[in-house]
Amino acid sequence: MGSYVPNTKEQRQEMLKEIGFQSIDDLFAHIPAEVKIQGGLNIPEGKTELEVRRDMENIAAKNQIFKTIFRGAGAYRHFIPATVKSVISKENLLTAYTPYQAEISQGILQSIFEYQTMICDLTGMDISNACVYDGAEASAEGVAMCRDRKRSKALVSATVNPYVLETIKTYCFGNEMEVEVIPEKDGLTDIEYLKEHVDAQTACVLIQHPNYYGNLEEAAEIGEITHGAGAKYVMNVNPISLGVVKTPAEYGADVAVGEGQPLGLSIAFGGPYLGFMAATQKMMRNLPGRIVGQTEDHNGKKGYVLTLQAREQHIRREKASSNICSNQALCALAVGVYLATMGNEGIKKAATLSTSKAHYLSAELAKVGYQTENKGEFFHEFVTVSEVPVAKALAALEEKGILGGFPLDEHRILWCCTEVNTKEEMDAVVQILKEVQ
Amino acid sequence: MEVRAELKYTKSHEWVKEEGGVWTIGLTDYAQSALGDLVFVNLPEVGDSVEAGEVFGDVESVKAVSDVYSPVTGEVEEINEELLDAPETINGAPYDAWFIKVKDVSGTEELLSAEEYEAFVASEE
Amino acid sequence: MLIFEKSRPGRGCDLLPECDVEVTLPQEKDKREKKLHLPELSEIELSRHYTELAKKSHGVNDGFYPLGSCTMKYNPKINEDMAALPGFTEIHPLQPAHTVQGCLEVIKESENLLCEITGMDRMTFQPAAGAHGEFTGLLLIKAYHKSRGDEKRKKIIVPDSAHGTNPASAAMAGFQVVSIESAPDGGVDLEKLQEVCGEDTAGLMLTNPNTVGLFDKNILKITEIVHNCGGLCYYDGANLNAVMGTVRPGDMGFDVIHLNLHKTFSTPHGGGGPGSGPVGCKSMLVPFLPSYVVDGEEELKFVKEPQSIGEMKSFYGNFTVIVKALTYVKTLGREGIPEASRNAVLNANYMMNKLKDLYTMAYDEVCMHEFVMSLADLKKKTGISAMDIAKGLLDNGIHPPTMYFPLIVEEALMVEPTETESKETLDEAVEVLRKLYEIAETDAEQLHQAPVTTPVTRMDEVGAARHPYLRYEWQD
Repeated sequence: MGSYVPNTKEQRQEMLKEIGFQSIDDLFAHIPAEVKIQGGLNIPEGKTELEVRRDMENIAAKNQIFKTIFRGAGAYRHFIPATVKSVISKENLLTAYTPYQAEISQGILQSIFEYQTMICDLTGMDISNACVYDGAEASAEGVAMCRDRKRSKALVSATVNPYVLETIKTYCFGNEMEVEVIPEKDGLTDIEYLKEHVDAQTACVLIQHPNYYGNLEEAAEIGEITHGAGAKYVMNVNPISLGVVKTPAEYGADVAVGEGQPLGLSIAFGGPYLGFMAATQKMMRNLPGRIVGQTEDHNGKKGYVLTLQAREQHIRREKASSNICSNQALCALAVGVYLATMGNEGIKKAATLSTSKAHYLSAELAKVGYQTENKGEFFHEFVTVSEVPVAKALAALEEKGILGGFPLDEHRILWCCTEVNTKEEMDAVVQILKEVQ
Repeated sequence: MEVRAELKYTKSHEWVKEEGGVWTIGLTDYAQSALGDLVFVNLPEVGDSVEAGEVFGDVESVKAVSDVYSPVTGEVEEINEELLDAPETINGAPYDAWFIKVKDVSGTEELLSAEEYEAFVASEE
Repeated sequence: MLIFEKSRPGRGCDLLPECDVEVTLPQEKDKREKKLHLPELSEIELSRHYTELAKKSHGVNDGFYPLGSCTMKYNPKINEDMAALPGFTEIHPLQPAHTVQGCLEVIKESENLLCEITGMDRMTFQPAAGAHGEFTGLLLIKAYHKSRGDEKRKKIIVPDSAHGTNPASAAMAGFQVVSIESAPDGGVDLEKLQEVCGEDTAGLMLTNPNTVGLFDKNILKITEIVHNCGGLCYYDGANLNAVMGTVRPGDMGFDVIHLNLHKTFSTPHGGGGPGSGPVGCKSMLVPFLPSYVVDGEEELKFVKEPQSIGEMKSFYGNFTVIVKALTYVKTLGREGIPEASRNAVLNANYMMNKLKDLYTMAYDEVCMHEFVMSLADLKKKTGISAMDIAKGLLDNGIHPPTMYFPLIVEEALMVEPTETESKETLDEAVEVLRKLYEIAETDAEQLHQAPVTTPVTRMDEVGAARHPYLRYEWQD
């Protein structure tokens, strides 16, 4: 058993004596006896480091690691350069608190400022916050920040990731905004429905781009319709796609949010990930969460501080637009390192390889009875329809150590390719599926 | 602390001036000095109605937010958009840095004269 | 220097192979036109850049970090090792259940252990941080009242000493916040509580020990008053490190709680996250839990509760943070858990006693894991504020205590040493604080200038807020 308490028994006695107490129990004497635990906690005894290590390793060994993954649907296995782990393991950064004390937090503050700049570059937006929990939560915050006194309805496309939609609904159960789902038509947002339902009460319209099925939406047109009704346009975008696909700014978005996990974070059974949030200059004061700004110290030396803090919960309390306090700072650091390591060419290449491979796999799968459903352009995900029940197909792949696409229903699979998937792996999938009847 | 004789004041430290049925509202010198360096101001929109004794906006310093109350009931005719870009003018020239102008005024809060306000501030200290 | 200023066109790292299939790109109408402008550096420049940033940061590993309410205890290295096991990091969240039995076991076992420690019936690990947990817990309360057709319950009572997240979370959950003034002893004023409790009360949010570091002895009475009027009691777990193993929120009458695994259960703060804010609740709230709970004997599986409030975010929470906390709880076990909190309380009382002849304690009695000093007198006497003392500590390699919180104490400094600091460290810190007090009395100007040994001195925060400069502007 360890408790990481450095003081020896003798020291503890010495300390107690010095402050006039007999035992530590005396320090708890004022707590009413009726709320104290009788007979100790009913949990196992503590273990040594070696025992704990064995125990945890045994648990981890019960999971199956797939060498090859063709599943995305919100979590994407991309290449992660070695620099990322090296940086986020640095103890000064790993074990620090939120950088409220600017004088000894310049490293962290600067890294956030750099992160904000890179998110702005990637999305084309004017400003970025220091991140929120993940892409789904960022979407819910993105909806909430568009609300004003006259507009409290959100129109959300049915083609967003189910977690995105569900999270928006939960947040709106809280803040009592109305959520209306724009139905899907052929895997895309139903634009006719949008035209009819966007109105003077609509705070925002939110779509995902590329959407859940990998499709590129008529994003510019949706933006025009939205703005025509005086509502804000929120786009949830895949950050890797921005290497080759138009930015939300180019499509006219007022707010860009998304899942930052593809930018250097492990899939890690769902977290920690990161939600990025960027907006137009006009929306700056509505942006939730921490924001770092550049300023000077009293000797005129350039430096960084948390700024615009009066928006936040620790000052505005119940009038704050969001309650977010801790975010995913270390993940934002990882994203910064990732983007700086990849550089312009790296991001473009990751995007190009991902979409190219997805198109190759789509074409090859069609040859063995898995027809791609996507009618228009798609990025690195696509949906196939097959006669063969998906359970059977995916089981066959699993047997060979391949995690196939995500089953949407009995005959439809959502596939994903990234730069880590090789042609050999894709050919293997096709070969295996060819034999499944 | 500067108090101007021609203005009326509230106990929540706003100043107000009536001219031809339009009431101009701002924060007093005492208020700006107590609040410290102001960094932002939230104002209502033109056409909004404000109510005497109720909050119509707020001012932010680096580490605090303070509500600003309307001394009158009426409709916002104009807002001082310059404050949005230059909140420091509230600190520099509080009696020039008006927040809003209100028309169709149907009632006011208890308003103090300059002497009364000075006495009130002194009693608060 | 910013990473952008070190960038040179054409530099970079050789990372990805050429495309092994035919290249496909988006059609013109969807092709990115805006120039991508990320930094371009070689690996050595990158690596040195971040080493430099690390040097300009201060973590628990750099020195004493008595940041009240934040529980900056040591972050054990084994936790990091375990969270980095490929058997956890390389698992896709949407893998079939039979291939993720280990991950499900982590969640199930963490739930069992933490429910026993807190006296709760079930727990969700989806919330990513404490504030996220608060919001989740309040939505459970909202859903509970709604399910009973009791929709008039619109008010959440919050003491004025509470963390800012409490009222902010209540507002996000659609509640009106009723703030009640604390009693002179810093605890809940029973009469005032009784007054505001009624049939519109949805619940009370409280942390115990409270934010002035004292255990509210009336706790059973408090929760009874709230229950009697039909409200529920929410426990903010920010201060659990004072009492774990001695008192359980469930036994104090709380119905729903959140924990901060990044405080009490030793996972690192990471410069502001990722944390983890699991929410535990009593049985009547279980049907509303978000996302999935893990059930099953032989084979574990995810189960959705019938009246679930939905999803708080994607997937199942900050999973590898949960792995770290589980590693910690397994290490401490039934004796280590109370031993940690008992030593946290000893350390706080020791420090308080060694300072109280000089510094004014806001409440001069036995404290729990933290204590609050008021520098109001010192400020009146010398002009030296809590901020000045805090900045003076920076020059001595000590992270300052929490400043100006709780709001009910003037010129507050809130000190939480935690159990993982040695007597020697505490003695040193006491010496430094005493020395600073002396300087305040003899050479105040010196302290107004502090810090002078840090990479930058005090920052112009007013300028930063008046004219926000929030990203680097490329010159080309």
